[in-house]
Amino acid sequence: MAKLALRVNGAVREIESDDPDVPLLYLLRNDLGLSGTKFGCGLAQCGACTVLVDGRAVRSCNAPARAVVGQDVVTIEGLGSDDRPDPVQSAFIAEQAAQCGYCTAGMVMTARALLAHTPRPSEQQVREALAGNLCRCGSHARVIRAVLRAAAQGGR
Amino acid sequence: MLSRRAFLATGGLLVVAFRLGRRAMAQSVPNADRFLGKPLAPDVVDSYLAVHADGSVTIFVGKVDIGTGGRIAMRQIVGEELDVPPERIAMIEGDTALTPNQGATAGSYGIARGGAQIRQAAATARQVLVTQAARRLGKPAGDLEVADGVVRTKDASASVSYGDLVGDRAFGVKVDPKAPLKSHEHFRFIGKSLRRPDIPSKVTGLHRYVHDLVLPGMLHARVIRPPAHGATLVNVDETSIGSIAGARVVRIQSFLAVVAEREWDAVRAARTLQATWTPGTGLPDAATLFDSMRAGPVVRDQEIAKKGDLSALSAPPPGITRTLTAQYRWPIQTHGSIGPSCGVAHVRADRATIWSSSQNTHGFQATAARFLGLEKDRVRVIYMDGSGSYGPNGEDDAAAEAALLSKALGRPVRVQWSRQEEHGLDPKGPAQLLELRAVVDAENEVMVWETQAWLPIATANLPNIPLLSLDAAGLPQTPGRSTGLIYQNIDPPYTMPNVNAVVHWIPDAPLRTSAIRAPGKIANTFAVESFVDEIAALTRVDPVEFRLRRLSNPRGVEVLKRAVARLGWQPRPSPRAVDPSAAVLTGRGIAYVHYKHDETLVAMGMEVAVERTTGRIRVTRVVCAQDCGLMINPDNVQAQLEGNIIQTLSRALHEEVVYDRDRVTTVDWASYPILKFPEVPALEFELIQRLDQPALGVGEAASAPVAAALGNAVFDATGVRLRTVPFRAERVKAALAGN
Repeated sequence: MAKLALRVNGAVREIESDDPDVPLLYLLRNDLGLSGTKFGCGLAQCGACTVLVDGRAVRSCNAPARAVVGQDVVTIEGLGSDDRPDPVQSAFIAEQAAQCGYCTAGMVMTARALLAHTPRPSEQQVREALAGNLCRCGSHARVIRAVLRAAAQGGR
Repeated sequence: MLSRRAFLATGGLLVVAFRLGRRAMAQSVPNADRFLGKPLAPDVVDSYLAVHADGSVTIFVGKVDIGTGGRIAMRQIVGEELDVPPERIAMIEGDTALTPNQGATAGSYGIARGGAQIRQAAATARQVLVTQAARRLGKPAGDLEVADGVVRTKDASASVSYGDLVGDRAFGVKVDPKAPLKSHEHFRFIGKSLRRPDIPSKVTGLHRYVHDLVLPGMLHARVIRPPAHGATLVNVDETSIGSIAGARVVRIQSFLAVVAEREWDAVRAARTLQATWTPGTGLPDAATLFDSMRAGPVVRDQEIAKKGDLSALSAPPPGITRTLTAQYRWPIQTHGSIGPSCGVAHVRADRATIWSSSQNTHGFQATAARFLGLEKDRVRVIYMDGSGSYGPNGEDDAAAEAALLSKALGRPVRVQWSRQEEHGLDPKGPAQLLELRAVVDAENEVMVWETQAWLPIATANLPNIPLLSLDAAGLPQTPGRSTGLIYQNIDPPYTMPNVNAVVHWIPDAPLRTSAIRAPGKIANTFAVESFVDEIAALTRVDPVEFRLRRLSNPRGVEVLKRAVARLGWQPRPSPRAVDPSAAVLTGRGIAYVHYKHDETLVAMGMEVAVERTTGRIRVTRVVCAQDCGLMINPDNVQAQLEGNIIQTLSRALHEEVVYDRDRVTTVDWASYPILKFPEVPALEFELIQRLDQPALGVGEAASAPVAAALGNAVFDATGVRLRTVPFRAERVKAALAGN
């Protein structure tokens, strides 16, 4: 049983795993109780499991946990809370940009990564950045508006 | 035997596991089990609501919010009738021990019927409270008014609060169907776009879905599926997962699963386990799906509309008439939930609790009781949010599988489907085949219209969609098929004297079926409204003018005119003159539906650009005008329309389930793509609020005209009529080339 030391949302957490290939997603959800990150496909096709690794948007469903040792992992819970949402989350709330909400956390994380390197994206850039995040309920138009709103308000 | 209260109190685990705290505005309410034993009968006020000593209110709703906004709309309805602010109302949904059975959340009836029921219950409660206040205050009821849960005299000289009047005691009265509803002039909450209570926690990742439920001692399970349809299990080599500590095999006949303490171990074990299966029983040839539907056999015909003189169909008057025929094809499609189905169950010898995102928890309670061999009241099904499905996806299967495994193991079990299972095995929206025929006379009048539809027949009184695990485990269940009401809207919504519309019910469908959003009506409206455009083009009449001339319903006329005005419709016959040198062809289309013939009215205008060399369609703009009667929460209504439009554009442009002789082969998002962010068009809305009318439902109607408006716009742009969905680029390119 090997131990992995992961830095998640600013704290170092040691997790045991006997499979060196365990995807980050399963450790986040089950071992650290960070279930805001969702399982969608296990194939890096839908974006529901997106987290930030050193500021980059990464699909945690097929990223081996060992590959992110020593890097900063941020999950949706690391951004803000219901009481103190971060600017992207606030913008999603203002635009009422969710229906079932299952894909939402992944979109918020993708948007965070986008705004970190492109603080004032065009609408086209927002659409392209979110192209790997699937939504079935059809909240897309509101999500686009939310990301543009967050950008306009300087929400990095 | 445990008392009912002690038995049901097991659900109290939830509160601990969820650390719910303040997030009570979601589908879960802390300490909900304090209400156990409350009335559940649908004709009793206490079944729907409780007024607490502090004046707050809890409502118990059999209809669930699957992301559609009922969680705020129901509060607005009850708050309005009770005069209690919605934020003081907690809501419990779809818990068979706590909520009345209001039927499945389906058919766009959540608010239209479920909301109407609870509104009448709240109006009854208000009537009781005001009567009690009159007695308490010694004033006539007519001299009293209610504000924020306080009954007072109009001169404010005396008052008593709801909490003081009834605080946590039962009303003990039946719902009074004559209890007066608040007149719309006095609405304070209905008609306002109040914000949904569940969005903050969904955006911060703190919202708890059924996928996130953790129970003490819970095992994670994965089900091993046969490699071919109908295959049965011959042998399983349990040693093949020996290297995965803690993983073990559960087998009940051909129902095969692996369980483990840790989820990833269950995933690994499922991938590693070696099992031998018989060959499959074989699926039909997908290449001949529509031909075999057309060839029959037919179980029976059902007349949907038959009126006037149909003789021109068999004997068109020679010389002065033209006959137009067309065949439209809609493929098998999947629900495509972003989160694969998940269910959690804790089954003990004499009772069971099942957590599910089922849109029909009460229905599933009866199903589970049957296959677990328990009395119905020993099974509690608790709704928790899932990933949007818009119809029964694999959620009931996952819940049943969890229950079977929990029963076998004596521990709580969580079953999580994989992406491949969800795409491959969720019950599908069936294929639809429609043939239309019109005879047009010398004056360009439609002498006769005919629709023939070939559709798989649903099984009457089917208790539940047959579950995969019950068949595999050799447990009895009623065989049959569920489809939703897929025959509606096959006849034209226009004034035509001579119409024949008939469904030829065919006995079978290649894959298991269920209802998928607006069941049948999208394909039917695609056929009818495309064909209307074909007749308009044949007779060289502007498509809007053609419809308006034949539309008698004034509310229909209004939505059509408002859509047309908003779009900036340029009247002319379609197609437009095509510039032979243009690389991109643009056009506009219109479609109209009166959903289910007597519900919501929608007109949809669409603008498209078609790339000639690739065949790629870009939808640039959609205008939707809708009259759904009373809108409880207009922004919620608009969100539903956005979803209807985007989801149905995805289905029309991209989606088709493909299968070989063994199994479905479109088992991920690469082989079954859906619409992505760069493709989302500009969306504009004309929402008509009718405060004095009943609410007609918004979850489905606006999806019905999408494919027709799209096809009509492509025809306007290119002169090419697309009659087979999906409109993928290669198909459009071939059509543009005349193939």
